[in-house]
Amino acid sequence: MTEPVIAIRDLHGFYGESHVLHGVNLEVSRGEVVTIIGRNGAGKTSTMRAIMGILEKRQGSIRICGNETIDWPSERIARLGMGYVPEERGIYASLDVMDNLMLPPKLAEGGMSLEDIWKLFPNLKERRRSQGTRLSGGEQQMLAFARVLRTGANIYLLDEPTEGLAPVIIQQIGHAIAAMKAMGHTMILVEQNFRFASRIADRHYVMEHGKIVDMIRRDEVTSRADQIKSYLGV
Amino acid sequence: MSTQVLFGQLLVGLINGSFYAMMSLGLAIIFGLLGIANIAQGAFYMMGAFFSWLLLRELGVTYFYALFLSPLIVGLIGAAVERTLLRRIYKLPHEYGLLLTFGVLMFTQGIFIYIFQTAGRPYPVPPELAGGYNLGFMFLPKYRAWVVVASIVTCFTAWYTLEKTSLGRTLRAATENPALTRAFGVNVPALMTFGFGAGVALAGAAGVLAAPIYTVSPIMGADLIIVVFAIIVIGGMGSILGSIVTSLSLGLLEGLAKVLYPQGSNMVVFVVMILVLLVRPAGLFGRER
Amino acid sequence: MAADALRNRTNLILLAVAAVAALAAPFLFYPLFLTKVLCYALFASAFNLLLGSCGLLSFGHAAYFGAAAYVAGHAAKAWGMPFEVSIILGVFAAAALGAVFGYLAIRRQGIYFAMITLALAQMIYFLAVQLPFTGKEDGLTSIPRGRVLGLFDLDNLTVLYFTTLAIFVGALMLIHRIIHSPFGQVLHAIRDNEPRAISLGYVANRFKLQAFVLSAALAGLAGANKAIAFKLATLTDVHWTTSGSVILMTLLGGLGTLLGPFVGALITVALENYLADSGLPIQAVIGAIFILCILLFRRGVVGEAHALLDRLHRTTGKSHQG
Repeated sequence: MTEPVIAIRDLHGFYGESHVLHGVNLEVSRGEVVTIIGRNGAGKTSTMRAIMGILEKRQGSIRICGNETIDWPSERIARLGMGYVPEERGIYASLDVMDNLMLPPKLAEGGMSLEDIWKLFPNLKERRRSQGTRLSGGEQQMLAFARVLRTGANIYLLDEPTEGLAPVIIQQIGHAIAAMKAMGHTMILVEQNFRFASRIADRHYVMEHGKIVDMIRRDEVTSRADQIKSYLGV
Repeated sequence: MSTQVLFGQLLVGLINGSFYAMMSLGLAIIFGLLGIANIAQGAFYMMGAFFSWLLLRELGVTYFYALFLSPLIVGLIGAAVERTLLRRIYKLPHEYGLLLTFGVLMFTQGIFIYIFQTAGRPYPVPPELAGGYNLGFMFLPKYRAWVVVASIVTCFTAWYTLEKTSLGRTLRAATENPALTRAFGVNVPALMTFGFGAGVALAGAAGVLAAPIYTVSPIMGADLIIVVFAIIVIGGMGSILGSIVTSLSLGLLEGLAKVLYPQGSNMVVFVVMILVLLVRPAGLFGRER
Repeated sequence: MAADALRNRTNLILLAVAAVAALAAPFLFYPLFLTKVLCYALFASAFNLLLGSCGLLSFGHAAYFGAAAYVAGHAAKAWGMPFEVSIILGVFAAAALGAVFGYLAIRRQGIYFAMITLALAQMIYFLAVQLPFTGKEDGLTSIPRGRVLGLFDLDNLTVLYFTTLAIFVGALMLIHRIIHSPFGQVLHAIRDNEPRAISLGYVANRFKLQAFVLSAALAGLAGANKAIAFKLATLTDVHWTTSGSVILMTLLGGLGTLLGPFVGALITVALENYLADSGLPIQAVIGAIFILCILLFRRGVVGEAHALLDRLHRTTGKSHQG
């Protein structure tokens, strides 16, 4: 068994004075799709930001592809082949669709070509000269995806990709994620929509109060349905 | 009043306006990227002029080489200042940036005064650009025409780079959301060093262009930067073309005032600033933060 | 509790020491030097009222200082006004200027506020260069000092010192009262969170303007006092370097502290006196201190001293309890 692509040990994170991550442990193997589920404020987004090096004060250990990245700057972490789709999508208002798409530098060979991207998201091609923030929520989400598919990343962090989207679009996003998985990409997905998450993920980490409190494998989802409900507070 | 005088002053106004434009363009880039209102821009302008004068006197490097070399040196000094000083205060309120660069202005100006005293030193007009054209309604010195063309080309190049190239795209992205831009693998701290260097190099280039028109002196930049600040209050830092247009018009207005009401000419910009504050407080092209 | 009592006792002791030092000083040091320190200390205190209490960075306080210096000097010299009237005229001029400039500057916030105040002050500088009564490059010289209350000759430097001291102490008490009044509390609230203060129903801009005018008036008091004490008002008084040096004094001494501006003024004036004879480049040294102060020493001398005392108090307070 080779080393996991991402291995997090006893990760602590802080926003200024407030301590938001209290010793997170998780592992993701190559080609796996893993979700982090939990209630609002449990620390899911903070975990993603810590992995990407955006959360400035972090302690513990984050190993990505065998590198200890806990004190690396964000841009160096990204160059390990990370594709980040942030919460709220992070579309640049001062850039048009094309510029948003072309902004992230190429990290490795094997990224999607522009033609492939237009094929996957035809709406974006039509709107390529629109200001980024003029797009609908769904289009913005597609742009946020398309943007990282170009770069040749092979580890994806997707923070709430379906939030606030219509079912038809969620389906489209689901297809995109399935396609990415088929290409052998590794993914961590933060997701509120558990029905969506359960269809695509191999494993689910449950987060509470800044810690991972449980792990549920794909084959346990039905047998532990009640427990999952109580974790999500629904 | 003769048309010669009128057009002569308007030309001087246009020249000053183009210096304002280069200065405020540099300031806008720096403020966008670093959040620092760089009052030391005045010192970098002065250094641009001084280095070209020193290059000529000490090493015999002529004008056209100095036009590239001097802003390059200024830019490198700027990059060093960003790395050693400015980098330490990005997390503090913007006011500290103004105060820190004010310290840099005082320090630099003080050193130059100490070495060269305040007296102005003439820089000869390069022989290639000596003489002028008689246009009938006015005499147009070649050098002055060159300054207007060169600075407008510089401003346009800066605008084009920011708006139409991949470097500009990355700069704009880093201005809007530095943390996310880093998470895409862009080395934003290096970009900030580059941006500051490029911004002050614009001031340095204005200094080189100014050297043969005004005398070179350690105190030539400080008063200029205050006028440029007023122009930024008038135009806002949101729009690049907006700030170029504002700078050129205010330069022309100053030139016109020199003909009509010479005593008040150096106050024109401030009076316009007051009017704008009364009528349109956010500035002509302003987007309040 | 123990820490509070200790702090009060420390304050009382400090106050007594300060009083003795202020009374003894003119017999130990050159009174004119001390007078200069007091004038700049008042100027810095006025600036501190605006930045420390209200969070407004004015980059043009030389305008009020210098304008009052010219007006008071002109009143004393050309109109033969007595000392007190000249000073009051200077203060009124500065307050009026402050009202106009403050009204304009508070229309923008943050860094733009600083730029506007700087630009407006530069206008006053250009006016001073051109108006006939300022004496242009030479300045307004040989301003008569006159007598205080018509009795004591201010040409006696000890009298001059004590008069300036009285003005300084009076102004400092006024500032202390302002900061601790309900008005001062509102200023603090605006400084810490302007939108919140506005949502609580305060018209933030009106408070800011009032603070601005007060600060300008006090800066004017300092400028007028300085013009009479040194028989001189010059372009330096309205120049941006003076605006910068008052900022430095305040930061160096300790922003937002009552005594900080005094300490900062003392250090800066002493340093300038020393540098004037040393042949070192004054402006460069001041600039370097400015840079170091911003990078390493943002709390200033008094701020650092407070922090140190707090730490001491906390440890002794703990040992009392334990």
